[in-house]
Amino acid sequence: MTAYIIRRLLATIPVMIVVALFVFLLLHLTPGDPAAVIAGDEASPAAIEGIRRKLGLDLPLWQQFGIYVSNLLRGDLGTSIFSNLPVLTLVKQRLEPSIVLALSTLLVAISFAIPMGVVAAWKVGTAIDRVVMGFSVLGFAVPVFLIGYFLIYVFAIELHWLPVQGYQPLAQGIGQTARSIVLPAFALGMVYMALIARITRASMLDVLSQDYIRTAHAKGVAMSVVLLHHALKNAAVPIVTVIGIGLALLISGVVITETVFNIPGLGRLTVDAILKRDYPIIQGLIILFASVKVLVNLMIDISYAFFDPRIRY
Amino acid sequence: MTATPIDVAGARRSRRFEWLRRNPTIVVGATILALFVVLALIAPWIANDPLSFEPLDRLKRPSAEFWFGTDQFGRDVYSRVVYGTRISLVVGISVACIATAIGLVIGVLCGYYRRVDDTVMRVMDGLMAIPAILLAIALITLMRSSLLIVIVAITIPEIPRVVRLVRSVVLTVRGLPYIEAAVASGTRTRLIMTRHILPNTVAPLIVQATYVCAAAILTEAGLSFLGAGTPPEIPSWGNIISTGRTFFQISPWIIFFPGVMLAIAVLAINLVGDGLRDSLDPRIARRM
Repeated sequence: MTAYIIRRLLATIPVMIVVALFVFLLLHLTPGDPAAVIAGDEASPAAIEGIRRKLGLDLPLWQQFGIYVSNLLRGDLGTSIFSNLPVLTLVKQRLEPSIVLALSTLLVAISFAIPMGVVAAWKVGTAIDRVVMGFSVLGFAVPVFLIGYFLIYVFAIELHWLPVQGYQPLAQGIGQTARSIVLPAFALGMVYMALIARITRASMLDVLSQDYIRTAHAKGVAMSVVLLHHALKNAAVPIVTVIGIGLALLISGVVITETVFNIPGLGRLTVDAILKRDYPIIQGLIILFASVKVLVNLMIDISYAFFDPRIRY
Repeated sequence: MTATPIDVAGARRSRRFEWLRRNPTIVVGATILALFVVLALIAPWIANDPLSFEPLDRLKRPSAEFWFGTDQFGRDVYSRVVYGTRISLVVGISVACIATAIGLVIGVLCGYYRRVDDTVMRVMDGLMAIPAILLAIALITLMRSSLLIVIVAITIPEIPRVVRLVRSVVLTVRGLPYIEAAVASGTRTRLIMTRHILPNTVAPLIVQATYVCAAAILTEAGLSFLGAGTPPEIPSWGNIISTGRTFFQISPWIIFFPGVMLAIAVLAINLVGDGLRDSLDPRIARRM
């Protein structure tokens, strides 16, 4: 097991090198002088020269990449061109809302989707099943901003139950944070819910058709025990996999959801960077999000052994 | 003895009808899609100039004159939404075609030549680790935004998924006895690839292409919504929603109509995709 974890950890290195190489080359291979692109449209030649020197753009390409990677390894994600602050500092300032949003979305999605999938598989072919399937087809099609604005309209503007937009930091009490994050978490969670519910149902249907389930029924085991104890745990591997795959949706979704709900997180940092063409910030965020994704995939691979002891490495 | 005349055409027609009857999702999805295509084609005849603005008609509610209301510049949201259909369809179809074509070539080469496989798959793993929307944002921040750049930016992150799919099909097929037989009888490599391996990838690729198309339309809308998509003067659904953002509390219709069109278009494409997947691979039908 330890050997396997070490092997999987080592396998993440080439992936991250490719990611770093990609964001690095993107800046250098796109047509035009990178310094001029970064400096913007109204920059003077002196300002462009300054940026060129500051970013080391006058060095040979391989040397620049070497410096870039060694900076990354020391936790230096680069420096924002406009605020002159390290990207890592900017990220730290914006981290809390995004993490709270991502975790609440995960919580909302899993706690609704798994029961939905289990019930749909149990009552397969009935109206309940069709409602769940209908929901999961719809959930894939409705874009997060449409759901977001719809929820705001109904629950904030019409009913006045929840705040329209904005984010209350955890320091102001968890109750306030929860009130501000409910709508964003549901808006973002919808597509995720659809995905998990679909896979849960499919995986449960597979397991429920097996002999040992019939044996359990024959022994007179209660339905709830069969579903949750006998079936769900054995259906877990595809479900966990899809939760990992869905993380990509979550990261892209966070950026859009934060814009809809005016949440000052990493997504807003991204949007501000787009408007100012502050490429180092976007570069840093890509490295950060890609590392998170690689790390989660690693954790999911390791979790298989827990759900299915037959998987040996 | 006279041969019994066989109604070949009739039999084929009834079989085709039977196939459609058993796949109602494809019929529903394809019909809606056809409507969208018609809408995109006849846009100049059923809608006004999407760019003309009338400051006196700012933020008007939906009415007989302005079916979907107007935005803060007094532009007719209905006309803009109708023209937006063109952008979404062009982006969706182009991305699906380009990503599938490039992914197919790389995937077949990877599956067949083990030497390139390792390197190329590491690159694909790296690309897949980058969230699609951020990769597109990075490209668009660096270049001047245009419809072409948006299409390229959305295509790149879709390629690895196609490559993986094609590669897995090729790897499975390559081990089958009939390929061994072809190799043993001296068939040229190119012929093995095009005649014996490629046809196996067609069915899964068509299904994958529909999902890529739907994802591309959503990504374009998301990018435009964030201000990193098609140039703001082009009336794409994402851009219309983006302009409506500031005023959505008083004029929700600016967001509602393009949003609903977007959802219906994506739903229709997904229905076609689901239907094709179920009819092409009956083993997983009913399950998903």
